[in-house]
Amino acid sequence: MSSTLPPASAGTPKIRLRGLKKTFGTKKVLDGVDLDVQAGQGMVILGGSGSGKSVTIKSILGLIQPDAGTIEIDGRDVLSMNRREREALNDRIGMLFQNAALFDSLPVWENVCFKLLAQKRITRAKARDKAGEILNQVGLDGSVGDLSPSELSGGMQKRVGLARAIATQPDIIFFDEPTTGLDPIMGAVIDGLIVDCVKKLGATAVSITHDMASARRIGDTAAMIHKGRIVWTGPAATLGDTGNAMVDQFARGEREGPISMELRK
Amino acid sequence: MQYLLNFLAAIGRSVLGLCRGAGAIALFAVEGVSHLVRPPFYPRLIGRAFVEIAYFSLPVVSLTAVFTGMVLALQSYSGFSRFGAESAVANVVVLSITRELGPVLAGLMVAGRIGASFAAEIGTMRVTDQIDALTTLSTNPMKYLVAPRLLAGALAMPLLVVVADILGVMGGWLIGTAKLGFGSASYLNSTLNFLEPMDVISGLVKAAVFGFLVALMGSYHGYNSKGGAQGVGAATTAAVVSSSILILALDYVLTEMFFSR
Ligand SMILES: Nc1ncnc2c1ncn2[C@@H]1O[C@H](COP(=O)(O)OP(=O)(O)OP(=O)(O)O)[C@@H](O)[C@H]1O
Ligand SMILES: [Mg+2]
Repeated sequence: MSSTLPPASAGTPKIRLRGLKKTFGTKKVLDGVDLDVQAGQGMVILGGSGSGKSVTIKSILGLIQPDAGTIEIDGRDVLSMNRREREALNDRIGMLFQNAALFDSLPVWENVCFKLLAQKRITRAKARDKAGEILNQVGLDGSVGDLSPSELSGGMQKRVGLARAIATQPDIIFFDEPTTGLDPIMGAVIDGLIVDCVKKLGATAVSITHDMASARRIGDTAAMIHKGRIVWTGPAATLGDTGNAMVDQFARGEREGPISMELRK
Repeated sequence: MQYLLNFLAAIGRSVLGLCRGAGAIALFAVEGVSHLVRPPFYPRLIGRAFVEIAYFSLPVVSLTAVFTGMVLALQSYSGFSRFGAESAVANVVVLSITRELGPVLAGLMVAGRIGASFAAEIGTMRVTDQIDALTTLSTNPMKYLVAPRLLAGALAMPLLVVVADILGVMGGWLIGTAKLGFGSASYLNSTLNFLEPMDVISGLVKAAVFGFLVALMGSYHGYNSKGGAQGVGAATTAAVVSSSILILALDYVLTEMFFSR
């Protein structure tokens, strides 16, 4: 957890991807992804369904082994790290999975405080109350903590997943579609929370989203992935009016344009 | 000629596949066990797996043992009476149960219950990203999910088999006294007279091995399952089938080690 907020353009990027490639069987998913995420920034990754956004994030987390390319975090090559270094790095990273991936054998409060407990930063006796606090932050009542994840609605599971991801106040946080499945108001609340993580904690946030309003709110920078490559990067505020035909079509959700031509084949 | 080559190639491929599988499972087992000696440890999870194996398998293992003991008594009586050796019934029952049927039948029952449940639980965690989530939450999934189950399997099965041994003998005793006309005391006497510690110990060692094996197969197939609900189903089947076959095969190997002198 860093408390200082380094200038966006300073030195090495927090995360740097170069030539990232991944093929599943015969399906080429990533075909040379290049991406820089500056420290203390909100990066939004856009792209069609199945374009490899989740695979990109999972590669950075070390959950998927890329076939080629380099991944650097704080200037250090993470693919050549040994297990101990990798685990130390993961201690500083938070992740919200697309399907929340809550542990259904544990009550909600243990899910939320799982990493704090694993790192022995909190005792079990205190964890229940701590979980209540974090749940309040994501707009859930503390009493939800005693339920099992299977008793929650999809949107509630998502928010518990979010609570779990930010519980340790990590340095880098990945959000895989944080607002999908939430009502618009709750979506805005969650966006505010993500912005807070970046602004107040100085965290670096990488979010995947299909929601343009949300992308403009949580992103400083946006990147669009298409056919396994990053085809555009730019300020998130300009989304919908970037001058890049592909991005504008995507942002406005239009049927006609360079991307629909690809889909029709 | 071509057919022969194809045939040989097919055999070669499946042998290679088998070796690869065996190698992968061996590595998985070594990694799982290595986590048992390196902290952090998860006593709570070991306890939970232990209770799931030992306590919740008690009913089915007990029933299996009682009926097996009863059948053994009946069968050996009707067989041995042909050459006037009825008095050996009690010995046959206790030896068969402690050395062989206790561990093997309990092992097969536990393979069905626990192998399947481990594979289904871990497999579901795999396909719903929960195993990946563990990694991002500063927790090694092998240490958290697999190691406690392996240990619990090796510890719980011998306990179950002690119960199975006792209940199996009681089943034999029940039939012996109620139906075959043995005196209660004399039946129990001849049960204990010829029993050697090694008979029981070998059975318990087998039990520990089988328990480890069932937990290993359940964990391995669950851990490596992919492809949604169907993949979890396939992993469950593979876990039960492979652990059952391995129990029977290893039973031979272990018997050979203990008793061929
Ligand atoms: N473990 C895997 N094994 C095989 N194929 C995979 C695996 N993970 C992802 N894929 C494939 O990679 C492609 C990209 O998947 P990914 O999950 O990254 O898509 P996405 O961009 O996140 O899409 P969405 O917006 O729908 O979540 C998909 O076609 C998927 O089939
Ligand atoms: Mg995705």
